[in-house]
Amino acid sequence: MQQDKEYVGFAALPNQLHRKSVKKGFDFTLMVAGESGLGKSTLINSLFLTNLYEDRQLPEASARLTRTLTIERRGVEIEEGGIKVKLTVVDTPGFGDSVDCSDCWLPVVRFIEEQFEQYLRDESGLNRKNIQDSRVHCCLYFISPFGRGLRPLDVAFLRAVHEKVNIIPVIGKADALMPKETQALKQKIRDQLKEEEINIYQFPDCDSDEDEDFKRQDAEMKESIPFAVIGSCEVVRDGGTRPVRGRRYSWGTVEVENPHHCDFLNLRRMLVQTHLQDLKEVTHDLLYEGYRASCLQSLARPGARDRTSRSKLSRQSATEIPLPMLPLAETEKLIREKDEELRRMQEMLEKMQAQMQQSQTQGEQSDTL
Amino acid sequence: MGKLRLRQIPDQLKVIELIIQKRGPESGPLTQGSAYARARAEARRARATSPPPRDSRAHRRSLLPRSPAPRPRPSLEGLPEARTDAAMSELVPEPRPKPAVPMKPVSINSNLLGYIGIDTIIEQMRKKTMKTGFDFNIMVVGQSGLGKSTLVNTLFKSQVSRKASSWNREEKIPKTVEIKAIGHVIEEGGVKMKLTVIDTPGFGDQINNENCWEPIEKYINEQYEKFLKEEVNIARKKRIPDTRVHCCLYFISPTGHSLRPLDLEFMKHLSKVVNIIPVIAKADTMTLEEKSEFKQRVRKELEVNGIEFYPQKEFDEDLEDKTENDKIRQESMPFAVVGSDKEYQVNGKRVLGRKTPWGIIEVENLNHCEFALLRDFVIRTHLQDLKEVTHNIHYETYRAKRLNDNGGLPPGEGLLGTVLPPVPATPCPTAE
Repeated sequence: MQQDKEYVGFAALPNQLHRKSVKKGFDFTLMVAGESGLGKSTLINSLFLTNLYEDRQLPEASARLTRTLTIERRGVEIEEGGIKVKLTVVDTPGFGDSVDCSDCWLPVVRFIEEQFEQYLRDESGLNRKNIQDSRVHCCLYFISPFGRGLRPLDVAFLRAVHEKVNIIPVIGKADALMPKETQALKQKIRDQLKEEEINIYQFPDCDSDEDEDFKRQDAEMKESIPFAVIGSCEVVRDGGTRPVRGRRYSWGTVEVENPHHCDFLNLRRMLVQTHLQDLKEVTHDLLYEGYRASCLQSLARPGARDRTSRSKLSRQSATEIPLPMLPLAETEKLIREKDEELRRMQEMLEKMQAQMQQSQTQGEQSDTL
Repeated sequence: MGKLRLRQIPDQLKVIELIIQKRGPESGPLTQGSAYARARAEARRARATSPPPRDSRAHRRSLLPRSPAPRPRPSLEGLPEARTDAAMSELVPEPRPKPAVPMKPVSINSNLLGYIGIDTIIEQMRKKTMKTGFDFNIMVVGQSGLGKSTLVNTLFKSQVSRKASSWNREEKIPKTVEIKAIGHVIEEGGVKMKLTVIDTPGFGDQINNENCWEPIEKYINEQYEKFLKEEVNIARKKRIPDTRVHCCLYFISPTGHSLRPLDLEFMKHLSKVVNIIPVIAKADTMTLEEKSEFKQRVRKELEVNGIEFYPQKEFDEDLEDKTENDKIRQESMPFAVVGSDKEYQVNGKRVLGRKTPWGIIEVENLNHCEFALLRDFVIRTHLQDLKEVTHNIHYETYRAKRLNDNGGLPPGEGLLGTVLPPVPATPCPTAE
């Protein structure tokens, strides 16, 4: 009784949030960018333990001469411990391929902005129940271990996107480097990023009430940015002992999940285990808001593009804020929303069916008794 | 030239000795000029009056008990008289023919079996080479950070590349392709080699790499032009300094996918101008299967695009060469190499390698990488061939084109008043 007087009960709120979000599921969009041949696809497969790139065809060099940069999206649903994540991986094949790579990052920038625009329109629309969040939450940028730091192309790309997406720099194929070389390269990259004033994603500081151990671990992890990673989906037997995921060479076996060999564990921990939600929040609160503010400001200025009369959307809000024109047709959007609703209804139906079956069997049992 | 050798050489070279004694040793050509002609005439007269010196010696020796045939004394012209003397003692001394002009074979009685001794020419050439030494110019091309300088240092086991000189590793990538040539003289087993390493920093590092191979092509053609000018000179140097690029190591990035478009473009433009040896750099990132797959793909792409890397199929001289080179072309090339200038202890030996937490990569271990194959190929077996192909084929192609452009006349100033046209930037035809 005493408890009832003093205990209100809203401490259970996080649990409710948790249950709700688990039901809703997460969606996360991850972009991987960098020159071809740095192990991007292998790393994604290793991180999420899937085989996303099964049907990929690698073009030959002569075909790559005339190829322009394309944006490819691959989606996969991963479930673990009852939690569903709808993961979308955005790939940029053709980046850095041609002899002349001037402005080859522009399609990528345009893509990111398009996702923001899409969200802006959804947000400002009437039916906001099933907004699809296709904004890019994180960009893993792969730096070559063979160079001596950031190349001019890397700097140009990072400068173009750093205000629009969370960047996590990563050194691919890190088994090319000896430990000292890795340290030197990381330091060089950090110095270059500072010099070029590129804002990468800052992992937030841990709370002051965490224990020392955790703080030390956190500091160590922050020190190891950019992460030097190795990816592999093959399981090898390392010297006859337990099987590990790794790469077998004639001089030894590299273990992907060994912290002395590479930073794969750190990357996975920070990206998936601890900071997934934070990445989404930063994308929403910081980057998207920045985009939205600049977009609306530029439109609200007199003499700006006159869109109101040509707006295709029939459902204008009362405030009549002119929205930027999108190439996406209205019908496609509606179809997508309806698809989403349909999916949810199907899930509910399945659950109800399962429940009914259960009650049926229970009823039969009680009958026989 | 040492006096000892000259004593054994027949008349023509004795003539030279006379001239040297009179004029003093010079670097000018001794086989031309009026002094030489006079000396020859003198020698001819001397020969006519006195009996051939060899006959008397031979006669004398036939009376002595036969001594075991001494080793043929190596001489510049290769006429080992000692052997013939021993053989001669068996027979009635016939009147020997007049002493032959050097380089003509001595006409021995065909009843004699055996050994003339012309195979000692190899020994003589070897000795000559040892004395004069030779030049070798190797160029390294590839993106920055692929280990070019380290590999060259490892190849020649000395600090010969740009890395060793005062160049600071922290320098920024240059905005355009630069050509930096550094020469060293290295010596091994009495043989001196003047090695020049030509580095090309800035290649492939920019955002826009269009035509970044042009400065390189220009440099190569300039060296051919220099050599051509020297050749065409009236008063030629005895040994024209050879700055032509004998070998170009092209470094392919180990992506594991395929060649990059820039690699294709470079090799297309330059495989007709210089010997290109493609090399897969930093090969310690690929497992054995990945390596062999990548090599196959690269070979196929080169073939499909009509790029002939060294050793070129069309220049195989005979069947033996062809089989040997075929094996290299179809199986080993491009060589997947790892370079290192640090030594580590492995099984009690000090080896060059790279130490990682998962093992030590030994540079000279064939199970680890193909560095030893590359080294043997470039230095131990095909060094001379590289120079010959450069001289006989690439240089001649350049020369023919230059002469054609100049209307069949050799380029030169003051020759019928023709003015030397400037060195063209991309003169050589590319395979279409």
